[in-house]
Amino acid sequence: MSVIDSTRFDRLREFARPDRVFDFMAPAQSPVDVRHGPILYLEDVSVSFDGFQAINRLNLTIDDGELRCIIGPNGAGKTTMMDIITGKTRPDHGQVWFGSRHNLLTLDEPQIANLGIGRKFQKPTVFEALDVTENLELAMAGDRRVWKTLLARLDREGQARIDEVLETIGLASARHRLAGVLSHGQKQWLEIGMLLMQRPRLLLVDEPVAGMTEPEMHRTAELLTRLVGQQSVVVVEHDMGFVRSIARQVTVLHQGSVLAEGTMDEVASDPRVIEVYLGGDEEAA
Amino acid sequence: MTTQTLLHERDRSRQAFLSRSTLLTSLVLIVGMLVVLVLNALPESSAWHVSNATVSLLGKYFTYMLLALAVDLIWGYLGILSLGHGAFFALGGYAMGLYLNAQTSPLPGWQSIMAYFPVAALAILLAPGLLALVFGWLAFRSRVTGVYFSIITQALTFALMLAFNRNEMGMGGSTGLTRFYELLGFSLASEGMTVALFVASGMAVLLAFWLCRAITVSRLGRVSVATRDAEARVRFIGYRVDHVKLALFVVSAMIAGVAGALYVPQVGIINPSTFAPLFSIEVVVWVALGGRATLYGALLGALVVNYLKTVLTGVMPDAWLFILGGLFVLVTMLLPQGIAGVISAWCGKRRDGEEQDRQEVSA
Repeated sequence: MSVIDSTRFDRLREFARPDRVFDFMAPAQSPVDVRHGPILYLEDVSVSFDGFQAINRLNLTIDDGELRCIIGPNGAGKTTMMDIITGKTRPDHGQVWFGSRHNLLTLDEPQIANLGIGRKFQKPTVFEALDVTENLELAMAGDRRVWKTLLARLDREGQARIDEVLETIGLASARHRLAGVLSHGQKQWLEIGMLLMQRPRLLLVDEPVAGMTEPEMHRTAELLTRLVGQQSVVVVEHDMGFVRSIARQVTVLHQGSVLAEGTMDEVASDPRVIEVYLGGDEEAA
Repeated sequence: MTTQTLLHERDRSRQAFLSRSTLLTSLVLIVGMLVVLVLNALPESSAWHVSNATVSLLGKYFTYMLLALAVDLIWGYLGILSLGHGAFFALGGYAMGLYLNAQTSPLPGWQSIMAYFPVAALAILLAPGLLALVFGWLAFRSRVTGVYFSIITQALTFALMLAFNRNEMGMGGSTGLTRFYELLGFSLASEGMTVALFVASGMAVLLAFWLCRAITVSRLGRVSVATRDAEARVRFIGYRVDHVKLALFVVSAMIAGVAGALYVPQVGIINPSTFAPLFSIEVVVWVALGGRATLYGALLGALVVNYLKTVLTGVMPDAWLFILGGLFVLVTMLLPQGIAGVISAWCGKRRDGEEQDRQEVSA
């Protein structure tokens, strides 16, 4: 059976499920269904740009509440994978599911974000002309429609939530500073704080400690590990020391597909991994 | 260290609707209007008398200020550089022109409904609004941004200019609409009408200023500033950037339409030259000179440049475009924040802080 046929069949079966109402009757923001296992499920995903195979038959599952580190050399497809999950890039082939209810390939970026997938970019991207509190306020979960946004007021609950996140990311004393004048590390934390305001189910974090000093790195590690359990976190990182300090499960990407998966020690001792990634650079491990 | 912290703190009072700049701008507008009215009422023999011609000229400036405000709302706060806002201005103007023409002789075909003021008033808002809705929907949905968007807005206004030049459009061809005599039953030539149009334009500026201010200090305003600076990020936190842009673009087009509608009875003519790309570019120059993303800067820019234009085209008509171009270059180089930047630099240390932050950010 071809791929298209099987998706059609799945859709029909999904449509006729007896245990819930039809899709078109359900509220648009139906919660993520993780009763049947993983929160994120990528199957056989491929994408190529101008003949370059960025992602090649990638399979990946992330369990609910898990902290997963993804490592891999430059060009392994880590950022492209995040682009696919968040709706920025459409794969040529394959399936991407969020829980067992939401087919991410049918949604665009804001829809995916509102379902509860938050993303932190490689380069810290905060709104520089706004202050720290305002950055958090914009990211706060809520009705994003234009009219509602125009009339939105920051209520006591929202203010409390902002204060809580400010404490978590350690920027309480900088709450009224413009985001543009924060240090690099502070911008990274602010961006993580913005993700927390979104109350996502799944956090995608791209190179959170790039360019950070050692103490900043420790704080970031602490911040991320504190989230585990409430949220699923996927961290893409180059820094092996950092990965070792936070990771339970590590996935190694190479040339757009999964090369190895397991604990840091298992992965680090895998001969294939040593060859493609750690080979010739023992220090990095 | 304390000064350092102070400098980087954001002045929260500026974010409130009733900030100092809102109050001051409103006050200047209202007092300015009252002064002109009082001076106009003085006997003609008085040295302080302001003639009706001047009042009418100031009324025209008000409509330009309104147009500049519309451009600043989307350019300053959303980063959408429209080089075709003259099109919305002209559409509002044509709607008003049709209404005025219909007062003297019945218009043919569908245009006959324009004889009713409520219909005309609706058309003044809807014609630019709908054009902006369709055009913006297509452009923003396809994520046309930056210079590409600017170019297609130029194309839009140019295409409309060509269309309105054709007699088949029923809009007076290249002559446009003229011969206006009556508005709401009052003669346009009367003294009272000149004053009434001046006041109406001034009130329109004030109301539009408050509307824009309310939008820009709302959460939507912060979303739009965020969109201006990091569009992809806004999308990834779940806002529909295209909807935000579309909403503000339509509001802006409607403000421009109202400006055009108030402009037409004061100058007595509307023709396709208002659709000319150059006019739309000039509007952008007003805003740039006045200072982007401040609203009052746009008002100031429109007033100053048009006053200069009136004076200088009288003295040396050929040099005006060179002067305008030179001013634009100089201000861009020396005062990137425009006149408003200079004003806010004058206004105390605390305000200074934010500007400094801004500059650091943009550097």
